[in-house]
Amino acid sequence: MGYEDARHLLNRTGFGATDAEIRQMALLTREQGVASLLANTRRTAVTPAPAWSAFYERPPRPKDLGADAKQELLQKLVRQSFELRDWWLREMLDTPSPLTERMTLFWHNHFVSSQQKVKLPLLMYRQNQLLRMHALGRFGELLHAVSRDPAMIIYLDNVSNRKGQPNENFAREVMELFTLGEGNYGEQDIKEAARAFTGWSLDRDTGEFRFRPFLHDGGSKTVLGRSGRFDGDDILKILLDQPATAQFVARKLWREFVSPQPDSKELARIANRFRASGYEIKVALRELLLSPSFWAPENRAVLIKSPVDLVVGTLRTFDVETGGLAPFALLTAGLGQNLFAPPNVKGWPGQEDWINSATLLQRKQFLDRLFRAQEMRNESAMMILARAGGQGGGLKGVNKLDPETRERFMKALTDIHFDAQAWLNSLPGQDADAMRELLLAMAPVNDIEPGLQGMDLIRALTQDPVYQLK
Amino acid sequence: MSRRDFLKTLGAGCCVAIAPGVTLAAASAPGYDNLLVLVELKGGNDGLNTVVPYADREYYNLRLQLAIPRDQVLKLDERVGLHPAMQALMPLWQQRQLAVIQGVGYAQPNLSHFRSIEIWDTASNPQEYLDQGWLARAFATRVPPPQFAADGVVLGSQELGPLAGSGARVVSLANPQRFFQQAKLAQPEGSSRNPALEHILKVERDIVQAAARLSLDLDLKTAFPQNGFGTAMKAAVQLIGGSGQVAVVKVSLSGFDTHSNQLPTQQRLLQELSEGLAAFRAGLMEVGRWDRTLVLTYAEFGRRPRANLSNGTDHGTANVHFALGGRVNGGLYGQPPQLARLDGNGNLAFAVDYRSLYATALERWWGVPSADVLRGRYPVLDLLRA
Repeated sequence: MGYEDARHLLNRTGFGATDAEIRQMALLTREQGVASLLANTRRTAVTPAPAWSAFYERPPRPKDLGADAKQELLQKLVRQSFELRDWWLREMLDTPSPLTERMTLFWHNHFVSSQQKVKLPLLMYRQNQLLRMHALGRFGELLHAVSRDPAMIIYLDNVSNRKGQPNENFAREVMELFTLGEGNYGEQDIKEAARAFTGWSLDRDTGEFRFRPFLHDGGSKTVLGRSGRFDGDDILKILLDQPATAQFVARKLWREFVSPQPDSKELARIANRFRASGYEIKVALRELLLSPSFWAPENRAVLIKSPVDLVVGTLRTFDVETGGLAPFALLTAGLGQNLFAPPNVKGWPGQEDWINSATLLQRKQFLDRLFRAQEMRNESAMMILARAGGQGGGLKGVNKLDPETRERFMKALTDIHFDAQAWLNSLPGQDADAMRELLLAMAPVNDIEPGLQGMDLIRALTQDPVYQLK
Repeated sequence: MSRRDFLKTLGAGCCVAIAPGVTLAAASAPGYDNLLVLVELKGGNDGLNTVVPYADREYYNLRLQLAIPRDQVLKLDERVGLHPAMQALMPLWQQRQLAVIQGVGYAQPNLSHFRSIEIWDTASNPQEYLDQGWLARAFATRVPPPQFAADGVVLGSQELGPLAGSGARVVSLANPQRFFQQAKLAQPEGSSRNPALEHILKVERDIVQAAARLSLDLDLKTAFPQNGFGTAMKAAVQLIGGSGQVAVVKVSLSGFDTHSNQLPTQQRLLQELSEGLAAFRAGLMEVGRWDRTLVLTYAEFGRRPRANLSNGTDHGTANVHFALGGRVNGGLYGQPPQLARLDGNGNLAFAVDYRSLYATALERWWGVPSADVLRGRYPVLDLLRA
């Protein structure tokens, strides 16, 4: 498929392809390339999870604790929050299947839950595992599983949803945000569906889903024209039956992988294939990635890199040496993407929302500092990351960390190292054109001084506005 | 850590492209010469202990040891008075340039920090999620003059709040010196038909323009308190009195989420706020801008009337806010807290929808019609002298 197409395919489906990866992909045809990406996905992470993630412990109620114990509990949660993000960023960097992580992140932004409300890092970790397990499986299975996920039950208040006192939050969001999209259901459908989900609760002692029959409203409900003594799973089946669901999800996938404005005919065709396949996510992806729109010249460099795209992608492409990744979690949070804590139930809006005067300058400064690190290896040039204040959702400012975690964080800052010479030497082509092809999805906006090479060239290319695009 | 040389502008060599976004149809309102300063009281200031209903027995019943003693209150009228730490604002009150608006809130109040401040910032209803701040919407409808350094500046924070979203040229000077350093990285050239790229280029142009036109090196005789808020207010005066012009400046003061041990914390914060605002006024008078400045405070919510068991207060609803400025009609607005009529959560009912404050700023201060911006009509308060 050639170098340009290979870079395009890899950067849209993964994070920051390296030159070697691009060259390998370039040898395949588009069909072969897409097939290989879809054949080698994962359902579990390669990175070992933090030790605390193996055991659920019912959290004590803050009011039952004395001041010291409360402080300790808070610090423990903050420490776990940093470790959780470190783990996921490490997985994005190290996984043999970046597409799996991209899809896990996509589903995290679709089936939103936030640590801000869920509180326990362990529950967010388990949800993340669930999303990864089904990320490239069947959408129907994913929907059923996520609806029972404890973090989701907490986030969308299903814990308070009981017979006689239905809480509509989950029913509303499952229709509006997870399946049909606005305009394809009415308020009455939500009210009725909410009754079907009553009793879908949580066992606080085990942290697992528990159906509480005495809280469940077993009466007859009418949703989207169908009547019956539906339970939650029945409602989900009804929602999956609607063509609107395939359309809604396919549209989101298009905007994730192809362009901001779907071609309606193409999209309708893909949505139909998706639905006909029984909601096989890989079928949708194959259609999208092989559609003419995906490869069209006018759809190159039209998507704005998310903070995670930018940070993880840059670390990957340049093979940057890192110790702990917690500083980068603070960085992406400061740029507007706090993993495990999207701002609200609609998720990160993305695209232009990522870029304002504050975030653009921060992005440029991150790149500027990274590519001076050659000259300032141990300097606190990366202190920019440490200055970030608390970001919510469990992430506190660095000066609020317990001493041990703070020390690890500070060490991680000094472990960041980009070996420019080694990286440049690993490239077969070091001229401006070759570097441009590797790093930018289209020609740079600003003129590159002729004769520029090495670090100077890297800086010029990464400071160009086009580097923010994929 | 080594500091780069402080570069306050990009110098004469920089080519500043004027943003081509202003079309003939979007006429800029002359009113933008009037400056709006928003002061966000982060965490939800406790209005009940700020403007104290000292004549209401129920206040003392609910607040117990948290109540401000009657004889310490700075009386505003026979019903309410200011927390004693706000002494620095009394001259403003006496000169009738301080307006106190009581009972500011909204229907179906949300008690989550994140959600409620989002509601205030986007002027939305509790069930809707809007992406654009109300000021960004205003500036998209009525564009401020292109020669302004920026539409709005956020000082001391990177959270754009009401200025977030497309439609506004905004820069955040979380650290003003760092902004000017960082701004060197922005490059002004280019345009494109790729909307994503065009957006990035527009933001770069905004940064370059702001950096070229703003300055913060004005010498002032006015003394400012030596704390975070005082420093931010000083920077605000230097900015306002300096060369570049903006329509909005946003600053914030944090720490108001007083769930425990409220008395000393709130005392300190209200003192910082009052002294900072008093110095701000003196500074603006020094640069001749006080008559063209309107300051409004806001916060995500007030706090619950009944004190909790940790000598603090929990999240509440309706709150009291302040308006100050050279052309403000000082006095009491809204309604004193109805402590006998609390809701099911023990929280106050609101009397003035927060969007009335916005409508007042939009219509009376800037001459911008508010109905589209606020997506509804809200009664304007008579806060401003013509």
